[in-house]
Amino acid sequence: MLSYILKRIGLLIPTLLGVITLVFFMISLSPGDPARVMLGERASAEQLEKLREDLGLDRPLHQQYFSYLSRIVRLDFGKSITTGRPVIEEIGQLFPATMELAFFAMLLASGLGIIIGVVSATKRNTPLDYASMIGALFGVSMPVFWLGLVLIMIFSVGLDLLPTGGRMNIRLYMETFTNFYIIDALIALFRKGDITYLGSALKHLILPAAALGTIPLAIIARTTRSSMLEVLKQDYIKTARAAGIPEGKIIFRYALKNALLPIITVIGIQFGLLLSGAILTETIFAWPGIGKWIYHSISARDYPAVQGGIIIISTVFVVINLLVDILYSVVNPRVRLS
Amino acid sequence: MKKHDQTTTANLLEIQDLSVHFNTQRGVVKAVRDLSLTIKKEETLALVGESGCGKSVTAHSINGLIPVPPGIIEKGKIIFEGENLLQKTEKEMQHIRGVRISMIFQEPMTSLNPVFTIGRQIADVFLTHHDIPREEAFSRAVNLLDMVKIPSPETRAKSYPHQLSGGMRQRAMIAMALASPEPGLMIADEPTTALDVTIQAQILRLMVSLKKRVGMSLLLITHDMGVVAETADRVIVMYAGRKVEEADVYSLFDKPAHPYTLGLLNSLPSNRKYAGASRLEAIPGTVPDLLTINDGCPFANRCPRAGDICRSVFPGETPLTEHHSVWCHNHVR
Repeated sequence: MLSYILKRIGLLIPTLLGVITLVFFMISLSPGDPARVMLGERASAEQLEKLREDLGLDRPLHQQYFSYLSRIVRLDFGKSITTGRPVIEEIGQLFPATMELAFFAMLLASGLGIIIGVVSATKRNTPLDYASMIGALFGVSMPVFWLGLVLIMIFSVGLDLLPTGGRMNIRLYMETFTNFYIIDALIALFRKGDITYLGSALKHLILPAAALGTIPLAIIARTTRSSMLEVLKQDYIKTARAAGIPEGKIIFRYALKNALLPIITVIGIQFGLLLSGAILTETIFAWPGIGKWIYHSISARDYPAVQGGIIIISTVFVVINLLVDILYSVVNPRVRLS
Repeated sequence: MKKHDQTTTANLLEIQDLSVHFNTQRGVVKAVRDLSLTIKKEETLALVGESGCGKSVTAHSINGLIPVPPGIIEKGKIIFEGENLLQKTEKEMQHIRGVRISMIFQEPMTSLNPVFTIGRQIADVFLTHHDIPREEAFSRAVNLLDMVKIPSPETRAKSYPHQLSGGMRQRAMIAMALASPEPGLMIADEPTTALDVTIQAQILRLMVSLKKRVGMSLLLITHDMGVVAETADRVIVMYAGRKVEEADVYSLFDKPAHPYTLGLLNSLPSNRKYAGASRLEAIPGTVPDLLTINDGCPFANRCPRAGDICRSVFPGETPLTEHHSVWCHNHVR
């Protein structure tokens, strides 16, 4: 088990190196002179020369690549051209926001999705099954920007229950340590016994997480249903029934653990997609996350920011895949040996 | 048929006129028709016939494991220890399944849950039927694995099914069936079909010795006449959902009365007449489609002795001796 995990972690290094290399060449191969693009049409020749020198663009490509590599290893992504702040600092602030949003969206999607899928499979071809699956079809086809706006209209404007956007009530000042507001709010709760921060952070999370989680929820529900149906047909389910094991235990322990394998894969993929796909949600709910930031950096041709952002998101994607693989081997003993 | 009624008290299980149908998109499949059988205490009854003759459907009916729909129990009674199982609720059946009636399936490869250790799976059966701590259930599971002669049972209990050979898995399945608190009847649905011949013999011997030790009855479902000869006390031969012959094992092998039984025995490679022969004798034709089957004898279209009446009327019981009956208009004499 341990050696399997170590082997998988070892495989992480070449993957990440590939990602980093790809990002470098994609940007250096993109058309146009970055210095010209950054400074605009009216920049003077000296200004251009100066910037090229600063960015190291005047050196041969392989030298650029190796100095780029050595900087990345030290987590030095350079300075943002638009804000002038180190890219890593900006990421450190924005990335936790996206991560938090994606995590809660996935928590919601997996929890509800698995429950709906299991119920659907066990109540196959009943009105409940049809209702859940039609609901799931709606969920998959729902555009996030529209769903987000409708949620705001109902719960914020109409019912006045939840805030329209942001991560926390702006009148509250919370000391931040991790920039994961839920964690920071929990720290505040334990240090000061003040629960207002946590309440506010959670309230701000609900709508964006619901909007972002809808599509994965629908996909997970459908995957769970078909996977459960497949497993419930297996001989070992018949064995368990013949042994008198109660139906509830058969479904939630004997069948679900087997059915989880494809579900885990889907959850992993969806989580990765959420990280990069959160831009729309972040825009609608004024969520200061990395998706929106990368989007702005691309339109501003802020190369260092784009590079840093892509590398961080890819790294998280790869790490999530690793976690999925490890989880897979925990659930499925047959994987461990191979 | 009436003779069974006199011996009801000694009968552990009695099936009366059972018919099981399946509604499919192409029509109604009459999987089992008017089947009656009895199993006495500590007896081994073999249910013999080729694939699709209704053996497994009969077994699943006893256990209440016929999926409804598409399955329907058309008529009949399944009386186990004096109670009709077909009138029991699902909840009541859970106190019979795995408690009094346990089951072993054909495919040891797929009949064990791949994501739990075998010790855990056996322990779960204990935990379902007894109020005992988890550790004790597990150590009882280890004892059972020892009883079914799995070497180093402590380590094996912690193995997953894919780490065991086919024979070991089938032993584990038997151990699981023995985890029932008071096993009265063990139904073994083709328990040795997926195993190679040497392992088959071991498993059969194991089942027979355990049956004696625990004092239970065995319903053995098989298509293998060799298995029947080795283990059964009595035999019922089924063909296309019907019982066609019933006898004690000696009479059946000695004086098969139904043309189908004769055909089965004639096609055995171990049959004496094949000494030096190069081809085995086969029964001509194929099994009739259960969708379009009529009320005649289902074997009529393949039967060398069939007459006109065979195609329209299924025959009644012809008792040959006290323990031997045949359902044939024109049986072998």
